Amino acid sequence: MTTATPPLPLRTHVAMFFRLLAIQGSWNYETLIGTGTGFCVEPALRLLPGGPDGEAYRAALARQSQYFNAHPYMAAVAVGALARAELDGEAPKQIERYRRALCSPLGSLGDRLVWAAWLPFCSLVALGLFALGAGPLLVVAGFLVLYNVGHLWLVIWGLRVGWRGGLRVAPSLGTPILRNGPQVIGRASAALGVLALPVIFDGIAGSGPSGIARLAFGMLVAAAAAVVLVRLQGRLEGWKAGLIALTLVALYSTLRP
Amino acid sequence: MTPSDTAVVVLAGAVVGFDTVSFPQAMLSRPIVAATLGGAIAGSAMLGLLCGAILECFALETLPVGASRYPEWGSASLVGGALYADAPSGSLGALVMSVIIGLSGAWLGGWSMVRLRTLNAQRARRNHDAVARGDPRVIRGLQLSGMAADLLRGAALTAVLLALSLPLRDIAARGWGQSPDSTRLTLGIAAVAVAASAVWKHFASVPNARIIMLAALVAGGALYFLR
Repeated sequence: MTTATPPLPLRTHVAMFFRLLAIQGSWNYETLIGTGTGFCVEPALRLLPGGPDGEAYRAALARQSQYFNAHPYMAAVAVGALARAELDGEAPKQIERYRRALCSPLGSLGDRLVWAAWLPFCSLVALGLFALGAGPLLVVAGFLVLYNVGHLWLVIWGLRVGWRGGLRVAPSLGTPILRNGPQVIGRASAALGVLALPVIFDGIAGSGPSGIARLAFGMLVAAAAAVVLVRLQGRLEGWKAGLIALTLVALYSTLRP
Repeated sequence: MTPSDTAVVVLAGAVVGFDTVSFPQAMLSRPIVAATLGGAIAGSAMLGLLCGAILECFALETLPVGASRYPEWGSASLVGGALYADAPSGSLGALVMSVIIGLSGAWLGGWSMVRLRTLNAQRARRNHDAVARGDPRVIRGLQLSGMAADLLRGAALTAVLLALSLPLRDIAARGWGQSPDSTRLTLGIAAVAVAASAVWKHFASVPNARIIMLAALVAGGALYFLR
């Protein structure tokens, strides 16, 4: 039974946090991040009656190392919750059922918030900094700090919320940041994309002798090509199309007499 | 590139490749970071940054979603940045070739990750009984061996890419027949076209995003002319 939140020793908490950064270390097509999840929960399981030599420890570790899938940052919620459930002595069947149920929401929430919103947003900010003439250190440091503030906050928050909630962690997943974050970041990225892309074009192509005319021409051609790429979605990825186009340009430019 | 520079590039390629999935996913593997780092090692972070920004535009489109197959940008971008920074100064042929190497290397890197994941699965299957018994040594071993293999994968990929691409970069740098102006225009159009399509694919379905895009277009145009 989950009652008042018992304290998790700092050493255990820190060990779980660092292991969470390596949760995908043995990612594979059979158990996905199952082994990684067991690896992350393991420091907490040492606190079970009998310690690391006990039967409870081995049974719990075996349970936690089976198939599991979630977004790697949001997996912190599962790791915290499952550690708490094991230490609270919840029934194994209930833990297994809950573990299975967590996969889907933790996967889709993380994919929508981090991969489809936060990462492209930070990437556009970095490209914008580059286009505005920022130096390498500012661009790289700006990107890494911005991105990892979100990354590390999510892992720390997830571990804490999971540990506090145990098998009752689900309501915490309705927090406004997780619910509305992808849309808010998506809107900001949409605006940033439109504002930054012409500047990025200028940063890469340079103003050249014809200035605004060159920018307008380049952006029109790029916009037309982008429309084609959007229409080809699912059949040809843009970066592969770019690779083919640039390879043809390189062949023409080096081999022509 | 001196042998010691090459060794540092291979080591850094291992680290950024490792960052992609295994540890710590801090996005050191993003092209804008990795190529700048490669450029800095080879002598010019600024040239590495230019190569990285172009590759980042291409990378905007791909999302590293768990079980999907996606390019591994880290090691390849690092090699691309290092190659361009090490090229004869101002050679735009070398820039185009470095970008091509970054893109094709990312493709190869994605393939190598799939192979590694298959190997990890074989190891997991072989140790299934020990995992089902909750043997902590085996579970830790699976995790650490997977990570070590990923580190080696990044190093090997970087070394192979460097060895294969140095002659190509030199051919492009020496025999480039296009003007600098049209070369940069071509690169700008290719990179921004992919980035623009990525912005549309990722965000156009967000409620109100299309109106926001239109408003940003009008505001951006007004700002440009008022400047």
